[in-house]
Amino acid sequence: MDAVMNAAPLWVVILVKSAVLLLVVVTTFAYAMLFERKILAWMQLRPGPNRVGPWGLLQPAADAAKLILKEDLTPKTADPLIYRLAPFISLLTAFSVYAIIPFGASADGSAWAIGNVNAGILFVMAIASLGIYGISLGGWASGSKFPLLGSVRSTAQMISYELSMSLSFVGVLILAGTTSLDGIVNAQQRWWFLLPQFVGFVIYVITAVAETNRTPFDLVEAETELVGGFHTEYSGLRFGLFFIAEYVNMLTVACIATLLFLGGWNAPFGLGMVPGIVWFIAKVACFMFFYIWLRGTLPRFRYDRLMAFGWKVLLPIATLNLIATAVWVAYWGK
Amino acid sequence: MMRKRLYNIGAILQGLGITFKFMFRRQPTVPYPSVMKQHAPRFHGLHELRRYADGKERCIGCELCSSACPANAITVIGAENAPEDRRSPGERYAARYEIDELRCIFCGLCEEACPTDAIVLTPRFEMSDYRRGSFIYSKDRLLVPPEAGVGTPPDERPNGIPADLGRVAEVKSTVDIAAGYSATNRGEVLKTHRRGLAG
Amino acid sequence: MIAFWVISIVMVASAVATVTAKKPVYSVVALLLNFAALAALYITLSAEFLAVMQIIVYSGAILMLFLFVIALLSSGVSSFNVGPDRMPKAAIPAALVIAIALGFVVYGLSNASIATPAAPSGSALGPVGSADVFGSVSDFGKALFTTHLLPFEITALILMVAVVGVVLLAGDKTPFVGTRERAREVRREMREAILREGGVQ
Ligand code: SF4
Ligand code: SF4
Repeated sequence: MDAVMNAAPLWVVILVKSAVLLLVVVTTFAYAMLFERKILAWMQLRPGPNRVGPWGLLQPAADAAKLILKEDLTPKTADPLIYRLAPFISLLTAFSVYAIIPFGASADGSAWAIGNVNAGILFVMAIASLGIYGISLGGWASGSKFPLLGSVRSTAQMISYELSMSLSFVGVLILAGTTSLDGIVNAQQRWWFLLPQFVGFVIYVITAVAETNRTPFDLVEAETELVGGFHTEYSGLRFGLFFIAEYVNMLTVACIATLLFLGGWNAPFGLGMVPGIVWFIAKVACFMFFYIWLRGTLPRFRYDRLMAFGWKVLLPIATLNLIATAVWVAYWGK
Repeated sequence: MMRKRLYNIGAILQGLGITFKFMFRRQPTVPYPSVMKQHAPRFHGLHELRRYADGKERCIGCELCSSACPANAITVIGAENAPEDRRSPGERYAARYEIDELRCIFCGLCEEACPTDAIVLTPRFEMSDYRRGSFIYSKDRLLVPPEAGVGTPPDERPNGIPADLGRVAEVKSTVDIAAGYSATNRGEVLKTHRRGLAG
Repeated sequence: MIAFWVISIVMVASAVATVTAKKPVYSVVALLLNFAALAALYITLSAEFLAVMQIIVYSGAILMLFLFVIALLSSGVSSFNVGPDRMPKAAIPAALVIAIALGFVVYGLSNASIATPAAPSGSALGPVGSADVFGSVSDFGKALFTTHLLPFEITALILMVAVVGVVLLAGDKTPFVGTRERAREVRREMREAILREGGVQ
């Protein structure tokens, strides 16, 4: 395997890695969706999807077929070019984060990732900040009221919560002393940053839910008031693309939480015999479960409360946490 | 103020606890087409017209059910029995007998009105269809075939009075509940056995 | 080099599109493309941190706010009102002055000795910018917080002034109230004041 990898030119290796990763991510998306529907159903005393295949395992395939076969509508008042473009922006930004996310490390310490970027976590933030464009352009281009409201909400919400999210990252960066993702994981070999950065972790979890527009922060697509929010007018495959992007973003957020706070592929309690990738997947799965659990439990925020919470509670706490971390590292750390 | 806020975090945790607990509760859902739930013994479902043990139709075409029906769902047109071909033991029989199951409210008044216990309501309820016309059940679908059995005719009950009112339904129609039309208490037994009409 | 040309063409094209687009949102999208291409250009120059920051700050925040405003103002997907066809006369000398100024800048740059990295590394996301390379995060941070600390802080102050100004100009005119009880009092006072002055029939 390694011999083949060394022989092939760099771009072939990157292409193959990307293709494999894309496949993995899409499959994970499909089953994350099924997982979510099952868990939600169980929490509501329902069996969940169980008709297609054993235990409903083929449900994602059925859903995909349905979405592909549906009619692709474009409203008359829509702006055709941007209306068509928006889902792809969402999808592109959702997937491109995976170019730098490491999933494990070989024995010699090199991380398993397509590309290893020194400014890793910043790159993730940059791409994530582009992800809003899909939603806001899509909502605007639909040319009707509900999508516009949804996208305006999402823009305001995501910009507000991005601040606290970045601040919660910075605490970790100060402790790790690096911005590269595998560097951060390697810095957690003894302690997960969950412990020293517990406040940061809580803030990250909250802002992550807000950034991916999930309950209780799903005002962007609040079906009770906005029909479907920014994707009201979308149907068929284009709706599917938004859908994929949302779940892939969820997965990204879970990966980042794992890398930054939960020790990445480092095994807890010295359980080193289980390979790192298994730990990584297990942690991501736990985080995803937590996500769904939240959705099954909490009602939606009111919009002004959401903003007040972001700016008046999270941001100050995140800033204090950052200052405390900086002071601690400057005087006692290292 | 602060204490109230912290209290809210407690509420969130409590909510998370509840949803987590519910995840492992038994779901009351019965996956219907593959598992049938048992009906109450006197469930009012699709009608059937019964026969005597000798194969004669019970219905004598008296139209009492038709006049008792609050929904005007029954149409009966009686005719005289020909001496050489007696359909029923009485003078007359129902030449045409139709029930519009879309009008029917399944009240069971026809069953009460019938002097010969000919029309009864069975526990069958799966009668959905794509055309409205197919909800008009005529004799060919209502009348049980001779080999379907007779249920328990009233003249074989002690004093002619149902001894056990709760079990009337079990014997009134030709549907054999014990043989598996319906199922045990949570419906684990499949509907393997269907007899009689309206398949 | 190929990368440079491709990116340059994309940048110029998107810049032209930004100016000429009929719909404001198209301008925003073109500008977004422009920023993305600029970031790519930075990456080929190994200025990884700058590239990322460029995207976070300009594309992620500032342009987003543009879009926010434009989306709200032109929610009916309408085009610009077409202005006068001819450029005003004053545009010609203005363009000339700018062109000359830019020419000076380019001339100065070509003569100045700028520490260029030996060679932009081959892959876009390859081992660009390991910790001690020009343009890496730590390098950038050191420069920002030691050599250029004063300009940095002054910039921060100026931005802060802008923020305060915006809050002053656009802020809520109702008096600040800390609690609900206080809000109720304020409302009652306002009501009474209105009644005293003869009401607002
Ligand atoms: S069950 Fe009631 S409504 Fe239906 S046919 Fe009999 S009398 Fe009429
Ligand atoms: S079903 Fe009974 S009530 Fe109706 S016509 Fe026949 S005998 Fe009379």
